[in-house]
This record gives sequence, structure tokens and C-alpha cells, in this order.
Amino acid sequence: MKYSYFPGCSLERNASAYHVSAMAIAEPLGMEFIEVDDWNCCGATEYISLNLTASYALIARNLAQASKETSTKQLVAPCSACYLNLKKCDAYMKESPSLEEKINTALAAGGLSYKGGTLKVRHLLDVVVNDIGYDAIAAKVTKPLKGLRVAPYYGCMIVRPKLGENGTFDNPEYPTTLDKLLKVLGATVIDFPLKAHCCGGHMTQISESTGFELIRRLIKGATDYKADLIVTLCPMCQLNLDAFQGAMNSHFNTSYHMPVLYFTQMIGLAFGMDAASLGIGTELVDARAALAKIGVEVPEAELVVKKPPKEALPMPSMPEEK
Amino acid sequence: MSTVSVSLTQEGSRKKSFLEEVIEHTPGDCRLSSCIQCGTCGGSCPSGQDMDHTPRAIFAMISAGLKKDVLKSNTPWFCVSCYYCMVRCPQSVHITDIMYTLKRLAIQEKMYDDSKAPDFSKTFIEWVENYGRAFELGLMSMHMIKHNPFGVFKMAGMGMGMISKGRMAFTPTRIKGMDSLKAILNKAKELEAMA
Ligand code: SF4
Ligand code: SF4
Ligand code: SF4
Ligand code: SF4
Repeated sequence: MKYSYFPGCSLERNASAYHVSAMAIAEPLGMEFIEVDDWNCCGATEYISLNLTASYALIARNLAQASKETSTKQLVAPCSACYLNLKKCDAYMKESPSLEEKINTALAAGGLSYKGGTLKVRHLLDVVVNDIGYDAIAAKVTKPLKGLRVAPYYGCMIVRPKLGENGTFDNPEYPTTLDKLLKVLGATVIDFPLKAHCCGGHMTQISESTGFELIRRLIKGATDYKADLIVTLCPMCQLNLDAFQGAMNSHFNTSYHMPVLYFTQMIGLAFGMDAASLGIGTELVDARAALAKIGVEVPEAELVVKKPPKEALPMPSMPEEK
Repeated sequence: MSTVSVSLTQEGSRKKSFLEEVIEHTPGDCRLSSCIQCGTCGGSCPSGQDMDHTPRAIFAMISAGLKKDVLKSNTPWFCVSCYYCMVRCPQSVHITDIMYTLKRLAIQEKMYDDSKAPDFSKTFIEWVENYGRAFELGLMSMHMIKHNPFGVFKMAGMGMGMISKGRMAFTPTRIKGMDSLKAILNKAKELEAMA
């Protein structure tokens, strides 16, 4: 099956492991991804706080670019934030002719146009479980994730809100698609009560105590249920739970150690692919011990310390550089 | 809910009510005037304890026309867009979208008090407008230097980790169609100003 693919900025940067693993499983699952030509950032939740028309025009430029692709009308996004932005923009343009007209007046200035409802915006998980299906996936499993206890984590934007006539592809309060998928892969799936709770998004930047508390609850929850790792489907969730876990620990004086991997990486492992080809090893909270339980070896990550280029934006200087 | 519609039915050159203003600035049909004040939203909110007012209270204040108090409230800035309230609201009010509207109005009217959020959003947008792309992680580091030098210290370990794992980039990528994107955004801002 063919899909237009909107990677989003995170996948091109800090979440390249998600991108790499999504590409790796595409072929065995029979998915063909065509990257949206010259896509731009969808604005996350930031742009909409400042300028409504511009934020929708920004998103709509991507829809317009994707709709030029004639071989498919399905647009897939692996990032929950991008997915919701694209889906919302499409739905509201369809629902409100005045918004559609306004956005198109803006798009016309850049030689583009988009009609609400032209594309079907989907999240990568939706495509994997509903188009490819659990049976087809099960048939490809050569190395079941036997003995691995996983906490499926959906976060918020993938199952909420209900938009348009199709609503969401999973239950907004108690989603189960990722649970079923991980079971098919052979893992022991814990019934994670916080699976659709929010990780706080950019809250660590606004109020540390609020942001860290939201992260702590999730990590503690998974730890209490004796999960070996959390499985996620959003680069922002991964960033919050993985990269901020250390800072959260020092904030609360705790010592949680909960690795966070992408569902695409879990599929790849169950298909017998090697860890490095799935971007495993780039997570900050080491997943080695957890993966050793299923006999997966993670090669030592090579230290690629890049110096910032001259024209780079100011960055905190790291202790080692001094 | 009747308290809402009283002032709406009066014809003439009367000034727009704050409620109407909020509805008008929210995309799609936000159904704010159907709020029945049940409080489900506040009860569902993970940031509730940090908010000056619960979402329900904010909506009551909007109906009552307390524009200044609403726009000075920290409530929208503590909304993490989890959408729990929105799927649980018996009246399908687009609560999260309304929170975004309140942020925009607060910025327009320069009303927000001591919120780091507007600045965070602005830096992000500067990147988008100049590169066409952005990325949260780089932005977070920049934001921390500006607002929280001690935070940078605390996070230095994380930054180092991200670099050594090859996950830290220093600048966003620039898209090819930057001119066309700029034209679109400028036009959009013009349209927004006219509204
Ligand atoms: S939401 Fe985040 S990841 Fe998605 S395009 Fe925007 S900045 Fe990039
Ligand atoms: S769980 Fe966190 S990162 Fe994921 S969609 Fe929700 S706020 Fe965003
Ligand atoms: S849940 Fe809906 S109806 Fe109830 S108070 Fe909140 S917005 Fe109003
Ligand atoms: S979307 Fe915002 S207001 Fe609604 S429950 Fe979540 S944080 Fe609270």
C-alpha cells in the first residue's frame, strides 16, 4: 500500500530512531512511503497560540503539498502532534467554509490550494494495525518478544479528540490497539492504567514542577507494574519520558530507570532485525538490560560528538567542552 | 444555557460580547455557548491544581464578560492539550481549542502575567518563519538559557547525552520553498489582522 509520509521535524532530528525503524519495517509489511515534498513544520502546539490563520495556513501548506501526490490520498504521520495538527486542519477546513476560504486565500499567495477532506490523515499506528493488520504482522514474527514486560503508552493526541465523522481509530479513554499489537509480537503486555494520560508536552519549559510531576507519574506507574520498558508512538512522548527522565529523577531525588522505545522498534526486533538497524542504542535511558531478557544485543553507541557550527544558535556549553 | 444568550439577542450597534469574541476567534464550531457548567472538564484536567481557575470557571467568567480576569488567568498557559476534557464534555465543547484562543487573545491584549509560555512559542515560531522547520529539543535548550540558567546546569547531563547519542542538532533544516511559505504566512497574517 502507498502512503504519503509526513516525518515532522522531530523525526528528522532527535527522533531519527523512530524514522529509521519505521522505514525498516515498511518493506516487510508492504507499505510504501512517499515523503511529502518540501514539507514544513506543522507548528506543534506553539504557532496556534499566537496567530490562528497563520497556524492553519502553515499546516495547510503540507496538506496542499501532499495532495499533489496522485498515487495516494492517504497521509501518514508518525508524530502524534503532527498527526493531530494535520487532521484538525483538514477537519476544520471541511467543517467551516469561511476558514477554508481564508486559508486558501493565504495558500494562493504561495501558489497552492487545498480542499478540506481531500486527504485522509492517519497515524502510523492506525495504518499498521488496521491496514496491514495483526494477522499479517503475526505471520512475520520470527523472534517473539517472549518474557519482555512492556507498558504500552499512547499519550493523548493520538486517541483524542474525536474529530469529523470518523472520530478516532481507538478508544479515547482506554485504547487497546498498541496492546494487541505488542501481544501479537509475543510480549507480556501490562494493563497500564496511565496509558492514555498526558506526558505534559512542552510543560517542562513552562513549569518544571508541573512538567516533571506528569513525567514522574508515568515512569512510576510503569515501574510499579514491573514493566521492563515503555513502548511509545510519539517522538515528543519519547523525548519527555526518556531524555527528561534523568532531570526528573534529580528533581524528585528518585532513581527510576525505565527505558522508552518506539513500537516500530519492537516490531523490527520481533521480525528478527538487529538492534542497531532500528536505531536502538540512541535512547538515553539504557535499554540494554531490558533487551538482554529477549536475547537482543545492543552494540555500544559510538560517540559522535558534533561541534556546533559557527552560525549555530546559542547552546548551553556542556561540561566536557570546557 | 440562558444566562449566555440574554445579551446576545439584543440587536443594534452594541459592542461584541466577550463570549462572541472568543467563539469568533476559535476555528470550527466550538459550541462554547452550550456549556452547562457541569465541571467534567475541571475534574479531568491533569493541570487543574496549578490553574488559577478550572476550565469550567473560565467558561463561566467568559459568559459573564470578565474579559480582563480571564485573559490574566494562568489557566490556558497550564493547559497541556491532553484533550481529556474534550472527549468527556457532555456538550462536546471544543475546550482545548478555546484554551488556544485565550492564549492568543491574552498575547494580543498584552495581558498575560509572568508566563514563560508566550516567549517559548515565539522562539519556536521565529524558527519556523525563517527555516520552515523547527525542532522542540533545540528550542528547549535555547529557552532554558534565556529563562532558567540553573535549569541549563541541571539539564547539562541530558544535553551531553543527547549529543553523544547523535540526537542533538544545532539548527533546523531550511526548506526549499521558503519564499512561498513566507508569502503564505504574510498573507495569513494580513487576513488575521482584518478579522
Ligand atoms: S509537531 Fe513537532 S515534530 Fe511535528 S512538525 Fe511540528 S515541530 Fe516537527
Ligand atoms: S503524551 Fe505528551 S508528547 Fe505525547 S501527544 Fe500528549 S502531550 Fe504530546
Ligand atoms: S465539561 Fe463541557 S459542559 Fe461541562 S463545564 Fe466543561 S465545557 Fe462546560
Ligand atoms: S486539554 Fe487542557 S484544559 Fe483540557 S483537560 Fe487537558 S490540560 Fe486540562
